[in-house]
Amino acid sequence: MVQYTQGRSTQGRFDVSFAALSDATRRGVLEQLGRADASITDLAEKFDMSLTGMKKHVVVLEHARLVTTAKVGRVRTCKLGPRRLEEEAAWLHKYRQLWDARFNALDQVIEELKQKETGNGNKDGHRKRK
Amino acid sequence: METKMDTGKENKPSANPTTIERKSDRELVVTRTFNGPARLVFEAWTKPELIQRWWTPKSMGITFVACETDVRTGGGYRFVFSYQGSEMAFFGKYLEVIPGSRLVWSNEEGGEGGTVTTVTFEDKAGETLVLIHELYASKTALDEAMATGAIGWSAEQFDQLDSLLTM
Repeated sequence: MVQYTQGRSTQGRFDVSFAALSDATRRGVLEQLGRADASITDLAEKFDMSLTGMKKHVVVLEHARLVTTAKVGRVRTCKLGPRRLEEEAAWLHKYRQLWDARFNALDQVIEELKQKETGNGNKDGHRKRK
Repeated sequence: METKMDTGKENKPSANPTTIERKSDRELVVTRTFNGPARLVFEAWTKPELIQRWWTPKSMGITFVACETDVRTGGGYRFVFSYQGSEMAFFGKYLEVIPGSRLVWSNEEGGEGGTVTTVTFEDKAGETLVLIHELYASKTALDEAMATGAIGWSAEQFDQLDSLLTM
């Protein structure tokens, strides 16, 4: 029951990634490959699955560019694909946006605390800062 | 630099730069300078009524439902957010507290092996350099945060989807 949509648009790419990641075994495979490259046979054994079943999962991950494979001799080795790097860059970008937004709001809070403190230190109270 | 960040606040110099670095397989470091003494910056990081004003940016559509902090070594914290009609709770412990200079907390909502965050506040003549160090439990934990964060889905949401699809 392996399905994926092919497409060159961003939406198509998203669907492919989404389909690839929406399966627990495939997420497990990515986790495994994050630790070390592995052959399809290794992966099939680790996930207690037939070679054919694992091959199907790997194909889905390859289409999403989450995994790349290379055949050396008679063994097909899998490793994390370029998509992982793009994800990391995208994530870092979002992470930066989050902190930037927080810090801009925090700047205002600190500015107010400073003003309040100046106000308290000043018995007249109402004097405005220039 | 994104022009989006320039909100054109009156009489305000442009915001200080934020630096972000992936230090290792398990570590992220963020730095930023604030125009105020460390004592006040620390206050803004620890008092619930102040945290609520900046920790969840409005642009993200997340709001605070509850915010409790017991800021002492071994004390707990609990943040509850509302996002698109559902609530999420984040909680953990303060592992180390040195008022005005250092704050270390754990994240425990994900069970054992959560992220540990260390924040140091360095006073530099009235300005404060804040350094945020996030230590993930493993390379996998950080990789997973990055992989799921980029698509905007958590492993838990995928698991929920899994159970829906196999029904």
